[in-house]
Amino acid sequence: MSSPVADQPILVVQDVVKRFVLRRSAADWLRHRPGEIHTAVKGVSFEVARGEILGLAGGSGSGKTTLARMLIRLVEPDDGKILFRDTDVRAARGRGLREVRREIQMVFQDPYSSLNPRMRVGAAILEAGRVHHQPGAEDGDAFVTRMLDLVRLPASAATRRPQELSGGQRQRVAIARALAVGPSVLIADEAVSALDVSIQTQLLNLFLDLRDELGLSIIFVAHQLSVIAEVADRVAIMHEGAIKEIGSTADVFNDPQDDYTKTLIAAHPHPYPPAEGPSTVVSSSL
Amino acid sequence: MSTSPLLEIKELRIAFGRSHHSAVAVNNVSLDLGVGEVVGLVGESGSGKSLTCRSVIRMMPSSGLMTATEINFDGRDIMSLSPAQLREHRAHNVGMIFQDPFSCLDPTKRIGEQIAETLRVNAGLASATAHDRALELLRSVNIDKPEQRYRAYPHELSGGMRQRVMIAIAVSAKPKLLVADEPTTALDVTTQAQILTLIKQLRAETGMSVLLVSHDFGVIAQVCDRVAVMYGGYVVEFGPVRDICTRPQHPYTRALLESIPSMESAGRHVRRAGILGQPPSLGDVVEGCPFASRCSFATPQCRSIEMTRRTVGEGHTSACPFVGDDLVSQGAGPIGRADSTEGDAS
Repeated sequence: MSSPVADQPILVVQDVVKRFVLRRSAADWLRHRPGEIHTAVKGVSFEVARGEILGLAGGSGSGKTTLARMLIRLVEPDDGKILFRDTDVRAARGRGLREVRREIQMVFQDPYSSLNPRMRVGAAILEAGRVHHQPGAEDGDAFVTRMLDLVRLPASAATRRPQELSGGQRQRVAIARALAVGPSVLIADEAVSALDVSIQTQLLNLFLDLRDELGLSIIFVAHQLSVIAEVADRVAIMHEGAIKEIGSTADVFNDPQDDYTKTLIAAHPHPYPPAEGPSTVVSSSL
Repeated sequence: MSTSPLLEIKELRIAFGRSHHSAVAVNNVSLDLGVGEVVGLVGESGSGKSLTCRSVIRMMPSSGLMTATEINFDGRDIMSLSPAQLREHRAHNVGMIFQDPFSCLDPTKRIGEQIAETLRVNAGLASATAHDRALELLRSVNIDKPEQRYRAYPHELSGGMRQRVMIAIAVSAKPKLLVADEPTTALDVTTQAQILTLIKQLRAETGMSVLLVSHDFGVIAQVCDRVAVMYGGYVVEFGPVRDICTRPQHPYTRALLESIPSMESAGRHVRRAGILGQPPSLGDVVEGCPFASRCSFATPQCRSIEMTRRTVGEGHTSACPFVGDDLVSQGAGPIGRADSTEGDAS
């Protein structure tokens, strides 16, 4: 393992469970039959160290987003334990819960829907900083410039509105706003999935830089295995609500133990043609 | 590599705006596609790949103006077809599938009936025959229990299953060409692999050609014989997939390939150089090479070069006159630029 500091984990997740009651059909409702229960997350446990990047991979419906959302109780867990430093996240309320949510920030796939289209970039960043009384937030411009600088955007971006920015720039703004409240954990939920590869690379480098500069812990949720392979220190492979395999990124990708992990890795398209080469042109049968 | 061409696009241009000059989305695109061949169009969003593939059936947004010297499909010029002939061409010659099958299927109709409807209308089959043939098509796209699935509504199917249904409809008229526009982008990798295998299998069985649009070089490399790399409305490089992936000639192709994250560097935190800057957006006036502003090898000349491709290998053309063959052999190091511009073109 490369960089995580070997002290106490910043986040501990133990046997977390989430069940959703599926909508009942009219027939079931008339017969007073209970709705079917779908267990989206089935007793998942893991730890995140300070300054560590943990990749959370899996197909759609594997429960990775539900799990990520439970960490800040955007989704209420049904069972299990979540410890952030010494705070029991599940028991937190009021100021305590606010503090947890300040410390653990989330960046989503589509920055356009998480940014207010009528708010200038600077105002959006400053608002977040002021609400949480961040040091330096009294001095608006300097604070905004500092945050934009963290995400490698020029200070002039502050006067722009989201629709004037490209997808990659918008995602940087979303990250800057998350950083404005001084978090120690960042959850990136498919944060680079909608971007073109050339822009994706820039964002991945940014996440690595932020970890180095700010000592952030990052939980990196993505369906694209190769993205996780390049950015994460450790990786957890999820399938049907359970972690199938967890370990250092190099170990999991170079020597996968679980069958599902193997299938997932094998299915990943590779830009260099396989050994046998592309299938040859079949002769015309038209 | 290719047999006789099925499709030949010559100097395609698609423009938007008041005078159809203000925003050129596709510029001087020439491509050819052999019978039974799979050609890929790869590029980032806004590069013009979807519009290019839609030109094959002359399906344009109402504000777009499409011009071409010629679009020859199986001996007929698509540009000069009458509305009736065009309808006929769309129904019988070309099948299309898109990224989101859910929005292409009628949510109120059983999927079997939707396939059968296509067969009745386009192939003029009687109801009973259409029903049997629809079942057969469901089977041919590897949907198990086709009798049951025939009666399913689109929302009852998974994304991969819906895409299979779309493929069944697209190939129902036994088209000569299947146009697949990002067919697997919304799917999981495992499902994606199945759909790609299915496309390859249908190609082998029927001998149809496939034009596959994707932003993912990995997908292209798995299925295609040849690939056209698009940037800023131009095809900057065109050639055999293996050649392009292993010895890309255009700086954009090279930068794009180098940007792709790979599992081989797992856990090593490789920081890829990526491509600095932003791709040109529609409406930007670009002189010369559209990639020049982001290219690490750009010279002042690049702003005035003609964007035509020259031969750089067997069946392999590139629009960059400067960068030579020694790209990949030098790994991630600096690329040596050929001294003479003519030296590379042979």
